[in-house]
Amino acid sequence: MFQPTKLIAAGALAVFASAGIGLSAQSDITVAMQLEPPHLDPTSAAAGAIDSVLYSNVFEGLTRFASDGSVTAGLAESWDISGDGTVYTFKLRSGVKFHDGTSMDANDVKFSLDRARAEDSTNAQKALFSGITDVSVVDNSTVKISLDKPNGSFLFNMAWGDAVIVAPESIDGIKNKPIGTGAFTFQNWVQGDRIELSRNSDYWGDKPALENVTFKFISDPTAAFAAVMAQDVDVFTSFPAPENLPQFEADPRFQVLEGSTEGETILSTNNKMPPLDNVKVRKAIAHAIDRQAIIDGAMFGYGTPIGTHFAPHNPDYVDLTGNSNYDPELSKKLLAEAGFSEGFTTTLKLPPPSYARRGGEIIASQLRAVGIETEISNLEWAQWLEQVFRGKDYGLTIVSHTEPMDIGIYARPDYYFQYDNPEFQSLMTELNGTTEPGKRSSMLQKAQRMISNDYVNGYLFELAYTTVANSKVRGLWKNAPTQATDLTGVSWAD
Amino acid sequence: MISLCLASVIIFTIVEIAPGDPASFMLGINAQEDTIAALRAELGLDQDKLSRYFSWISGMVQGDFGTSYTYRSPISNMIADRIWVSLPLALYALVISTLIAFPAGIYAATQRGKVGDVAVMGATQFGIAIPNFWFAMILVVIFALKLRWFSAGGFVEWENGIFQSIKSLTLPAIALALPQASILSRVMRSALIETLSEDYIRTARAKGFGKRAVIWRHALRNALIPVLTIIGLQFSFLLAGAIIIEQVFFLPGLGRLVFQAITQRDLIVVESVVMLLVFAVITVNFIVDIAYAIADPRLRRRV
Repeated sequence: MFQPTKLIAAGALAVFASAGIGLSAQSDITVAMQLEPPHLDPTSAAAGAIDSVLYSNVFEGLTRFASDGSVTAGLAESWDISGDGTVYTFKLRSGVKFHDGTSMDANDVKFSLDRARAEDSTNAQKALFSGITDVSVVDNSTVKISLDKPNGSFLFNMAWGDAVIVAPESIDGIKNKPIGTGAFTFQNWVQGDRIELSRNSDYWGDKPALENVTFKFISDPTAAFAAVMAQDVDVFTSFPAPENLPQFEADPRFQVLEGSTEGETILSTNNKMPPLDNVKVRKAIAHAIDRQAIIDGAMFGYGTPIGTHFAPHNPDYVDLTGNSNYDPELSKKLLAEAGFSEGFTTTLKLPPPSYARRGGEIIASQLRAVGIETEISNLEWAQWLEQVFRGKDYGLTIVSHTEPMDIGIYARPDYYFQYDNPEFQSLMTELNGTTEPGKRSSMLQKAQRMISNDYVNGYLFELAYTTVANSKVRGLWKNAPTQATDLTGVSWAD
Repeated sequence: MISLCLASVIIFTIVEIAPGDPASFMLGINAQEDTIAALRAELGLDQDKLSRYFSWISGMVQGDFGTSYTYRSPISNMIADRIWVSLPLALYALVISTLIAFPAGIYAATQRGKVGDVAVMGATQFGIAIPNFWFAMILVVIFALKLRWFSAGGFVEWENGIFQSIKSLTLPAIALALPQASILSRVMRSALIETLSEDYIRTARAKGFGKRAVIWRHALRNALIPVLTIIGLQFSFLLAGAIIIEQVFFLPGLGRLVFQAITQRDLIVVESVVMLLVFAVITVNFIVDIAYAIADPRLRRRV
């Protein structure tokens, strides 16, 4: 090793140490992520980045997600469900205050839910509230919510970031100055750079260990690597350069957390476009795909193979990967049976994420091996939404469906897969009306099998959630049951 | 003025015909049609294109660029924040570029055909060929990761100390300046060589001036015209072209704003920032014209 360099480096470090940034005290933390929120209102945009900063930290709902994806009590400390499953009576916690000092009571709950389901609502998940027929204030700490029919996932729906409780007093400024009830208060947003939060000393629950939190936005994967290596940031969630993770794993200064998300990454298939409307052709595509090659090649080994549209960490998950195992010979045989022994050509439209762009090329070559040619086109998200999602002008596309528990989308015949199976649709209706956990579980499993046997889409893998952090940081979420960076339980070791 | 009007029409048309609806992008794949319609109404996207164009233009004339679709804050404020990163960065890079290019170009011209000339020209060839984002990454690896003299990126606001801010802009400015310095030194060299072959230089030499004195008193000033043109072009490039460098160093500048706005279909921000850059380019060209006149009094009559 060239020793003088080290000496110079040490000297320079001493000179610059006093001026350094990112040298935080042990109660402060800097968390980096790739995407910056467009604004700070979780109830009027789909951008996951908003929840990544604010969910549970600043805003809370009646119920909330725990790190394992289960639903627990939030601002409601308990609830009663009427015998027929259509009336939910929530008992709110007492003494909860918004960050501006106003108290959180039943009127705020009514305001929040009515706002979300109003005619001019801009809530990106308005469907979560569509079954609500009435929200009434019983007393200051009791709210009664009536539904048009039983909804087994209502408590789950109320845990979403889109269902957090906001106050009429502060709603006007929410997009730039969010006022919630969470353990951290919003301090400052330097657009394009960072958002700062600090501990809420009036928090109703356990006080967080952290004093000051800075969220920093670094979109370039190479810059992300450099920022973590230089220890400018303490935590990087959803680290964008998986190829660099082994380097962090080998470095004692860092820890790498590998968990899973709710992101089912699938080869979405237009079930109405010939020849993809033929189940034999879809089955042939499914057997032509080598999932592990895609996980290794596109995701550097991070990701869990799936055989249906369900998160593997969910207790109700059924491993159906054997249903569509990699078997190119079978695939060719199926194509011949379907009348395509010479193969065919279809489109493969790829949105920007690397799972799609890198994965798309691997899939294209795997399909070519069985005789299916794909015309690849790379799209921006806005184009993808317009052409593929709304216009349904595509044969194949790759996308990760990150909404939790979203198997219900297969019951929508106008959804961009255009899968129209009345049997599946009635199963979903039945599921929504069922609250008994055992029955729900077997229905969900039946649903998984149904779409797997119909080869609606090519099921690839569950997106991994990889976090790189300083090895002294404790209490980070390993999994991402929703897009959140819950810092209420995070602390520094020593 | 005419060019500004023309530019505004072109920018508006191009941005508006690009596919992708801002409202449906913001609300994502689970949004219902009525929600998207409600947001379009809230953003004013339901009005026809012509009236949106005129409200944009009339606002801009009064210094009001409108409100960002995604950030929902006034674009003028957003630009004002970002310009304090991008403008100093461009100026800083320009200073570095000039400080390298002038001595290098002059030296190469005086050493024409000799080893020194070949060495400088070889180095500039190298400087032009290296992509600046790659050079930026190398700078980060050496100075941030190995030597730890600088942080790997980010910007320290001016309120927190001018020295800190300048320091945080140093690596990006060097990365931006290197290719510009290479181009500029080549221009400097060829302009000076051309001037040195003029008759009046020979006359000056014949009058007994030394080589050095001839270069400083006669040749340099006359060689400045093409150099100033290039500097003007480079400044516009540095202001607008820092998009990639701002990504690599995660600086909250104009380039990053445009980049984010394009991917988020924040059309009005894209239009306004591009318009501002057009204005900047025109202004810089005007300043360059004035500088010509200072450098070469003969041009004053023509301006």
